[in-house]
Amino acid sequence: MKSAEPQQDAKVRRLAEAKAAEPGALLPILHSIQDELGYVPETAVGIVAEVLNLSRAEVHGVVTFYHFFRTHPAGKHTLYLCRAEACQSMGSRQLEQYVREKLGVDFHETTADGRFSLEPVYCLGNCACSPAVMVDETVYGRVTPERIDEIVG
Amino acid sequence: MSTTSVKVFVPSDTTARSLGADQVAAAVAAEANKRGVSIEIVRNGSRGLYWLEPLLEVEVDGVRHAYGPVTPADVPDLFAATFLEAAPHRLALGPTEKIEYLAKQTRLTFARVGLIDPVSLDDYRAHGGYRGLANALKMSGEQIVQAVLDSGLRGRGGAAFPTGIKWKTVLGAPADQKYVVCNADEGDSGTFADRMVMESDPYVLIEGMTIAGLAVGATRGYVYIRCEYPQAIRTMREAIERAKAAGFLGDGIQGGKGSFHLEVREAAGAYICGEETSLLESLEGKRGMVRYRPPLPAIKGLFGKPSIINNVISLASVPIILDKGAEFYKNYGLGRSRGTLTIQLAGNIKRGGLIEIPFGIPLRDILYAYGGGSATGRPIAAVQAGGPLGAYVHPTQFDTPFDYEQFAAVGAMVGHGGLVVFDDTVDMGEMARFAMEFCAIESCGKCTPCRIGAVRGVEVIDRIRSGVNESSNLALLKELCETMVSGSLCALGGMAPFPVLSVLKHFPEGLKSQAPSAGKATDRRATEQAL
Repeated sequence: MKSAEPQQDAKVRRLAEAKAAEPGALLPILHSIQDELGYVPETAVGIVAEVLNLSRAEVHGVVTFYHFFRTHPAGKHTLYLCRAEACQSMGSRQLEQYVREKLGVDFHETTADGRFSLEPVYCLGNCACSPAVMVDETVYGRVTPERIDEIVG
Repeated sequence: MSTTSVKVFVPSDTTARSLGADQVAAAVAAEANKRGVSIEIVRNGSRGLYWLEPLLEVEVDGVRHAYGPVTPADVPDLFAATFLEAAPHRLALGPTEKIEYLAKQTRLTFARVGLIDPVSLDDYRAHGGYRGLANALKMSGEQIVQAVLDSGLRGRGGAAFPTGIKWKTVLGAPADQKYVVCNADEGDSGTFADRMVMESDPYVLIEGMTIAGLAVGATRGYVYIRCEYPQAIRTMREAIERAKAAGFLGDGIQGGKGSFHLEVREAAGAYICGEETSLLESLEGKRGMVRYRPPLPAIKGLFGKPSIINNVISLASVPIILDKGAEFYKNYGLGRSRGTLTIQLAGNIKRGGLIEIPFGIPLRDILYAYGGGSATGRPIAAVQAGGPLGAYVHPTQFDTPFDYEQFAAVGAMVGHGGLVVFDDTVDMGEMARFAMEFCAIESCGKCTPCRIGAVRGVEVIDRIRSGVNESSNLALLKELCETMVSGSLCALGGMAPFPVLSVLKHFPEGLKSQAPSAGKATDRRATEQAL
C-alpha cells in the first residue's frame, strides 16, 4: 500500500527492526508502535509483516485479536472504565451511564474535542476500592460522579 | 527531634495511589520542609489493608505505627500532633503489626509485602530475601523439585494442579532449551494478589522463577503481565535490571554455574491469555488462541520446548519453601490444600484487602470477622468466588470452609482466591447475563460451544427475563450450559456457565420474567428475537 506518511512509515520500520530479533517479537513491536504513535496504523501491518517475514494476514490477525491495540488515533487521554463484577457490586453500571453522558460518547469512541477516548476494561486489580477507572496510566479508586467531574474537568 | 531522620512510609501500590497516596507523600514532604524537620520518606508497598489506604506509617524505636486513611489535608494536623513520635491522633491505628486484620494473618508468601521498599535489594535481603535461592544453589534439580513436591504446593492461578508435578515433568523432558513462564495475566475480577506481589515485593517472584529455572534446567524466563497493570510492569522491569546488576540474574548466578535470563512481556488486554496455552501463543507473537492438549506445555510449551508455566503466587511461594523447608510450608492448611491461601476480599465490603491465612477458614468469617460486612451496610446477598467463571455462593453456604475440595463439593471454586461481595440490591439475573456477555467478549473463538454458546446464552437470558416462552427458554439455557461445560476446549467456555447455573439454582428469582406481566413480551427486541 502506498502511504501518505513516509516519515511515519520509516519510524514504524525502525521500531520493528529494533525488536525483530527477539523471540516472539510481534507483540513487543506492536506495543512500541502504539506507545510511539498512539495507535497501530493500517500501513504498519505491511511493514511489520515484511520485517518479521510474516504474512499481512498474520499481523492483521494479531492486531485485531487484542483489545488493547487500536487501529485509529485515540483522544489525548484514554479513560478506561472497569465493567467487571467487583466494580458492578459498587455501582459501576450507574457510573458508566454517567461517564457516557458526561463525555457524550459510547465505548470505543472519542469526544468531539479529541480530549478523551472511552474504553471498557475488565478489571484493573483495584477491586477492594471499587468502582475504578484508569486515565492513561493513573488509576482512581472509589470513583463517584463528582470524582469523574474532577478527573475529566 | 534527634538528628537522624525519622522514617515515614507512604505506600506506592496502585490501590493506595488510586486513593491519593502520591498526594499524601507530597504533602508530608512539603510539611516536613516547612517545619524544617528531617524525615526520610520510603515508598513501601501496601500492607493490603485497603480500606485504610493511604496508610501512613512512622518508625519509632524500630516499631512502625500506622495512621490512616490519610488525606493531604490531614498532614499538617498530623505533624502538629507530633505523629513523628507516634503520638495519638484521631487517625492513629497503633503499631501496624498489631492491627487485628493483619495480626491474625499468616503471612508467608506476603511476608515482606508492604514492609519494604519494593525495588531495594538490600531491603529484600535484610528481610530474608534470597535465602531460598542460596539453598537451591547447593541442591540438585531433583532435590529442588522434590522439595516443591513435598510442600504440597498447588497452583494458585485457579486450577490447583500440584506445582511439583509440573516441575518434575519439565525436569524429565530432555531439550536444548527450556523455559519458565510466569502467568501474570491476572484478569479475574476481585483479584489483585499477583499485582501486589509484583508491585510490592518483585524480587520474591524473580527469586521463585530463578529457583524454578535451576530446578528444571531452564535458562530463560518470561513474566507475562497484563497491560492493565502499568505499575507492576514498571516495578518488575526495574527489579529485574537491579537483580541482573547484582548477579542474581544472567549468567553465573552468584558466581556459580547457573544461568537464568528473565524478561517482562506486556500482554494486550485479552482475558483468554490467562489460559496457559493461549498465553504461550501470545508470547510467541500470535493470536491468543487456546491450544489442544496434549501435548502438555511441560513437554511442548513455549516455542515448542518444555516449559514451566505457573501463576505469580505459586512462584512467589517457592522461595520460602526452599528457605524454611517443605515441612514448614506443608504444616499449614487442611486436607489436600496445603500452605496458605491469599484471599482477596473485594467488591461491596467494608474492609476489603489481602488476607493470607491457612486454608480452611469458613467463608462467613472472611466476610464478617475480616470484612466487617458489606460496605453499604446492607445484608450480603451473594459472593462470587474464584473470578468471573466462579459460582455465586448463597448465604446458606457461607459456613463452607474455604479450601479447594470443600468449595468444589458445594459446586463453587476457590480459583485464584478472589471474593467479590454483593449486597441485596444485586440483580442476580443481570449477573448471570453478564457471565455470558463477558465470555462472548473474551472468547478466543476457537471452539464453537464457547464462541457461539456465550452469544446465545445472552440472548436466551434476555428472552427469559422478558417473559418470552419462559419455561422452554429456561430448559434451553440449562441445555446450553451443559453443552458449553462439556464441549468447550478450555475453562473460559467450560466454566462461564457456572455462575449462570449457580444463579439458576440458588437465586432463581433472577432468572424469571422481569416483565410487568409475566408471559407477555413487552420488550420489542426480545419479541423480534423470538420470531
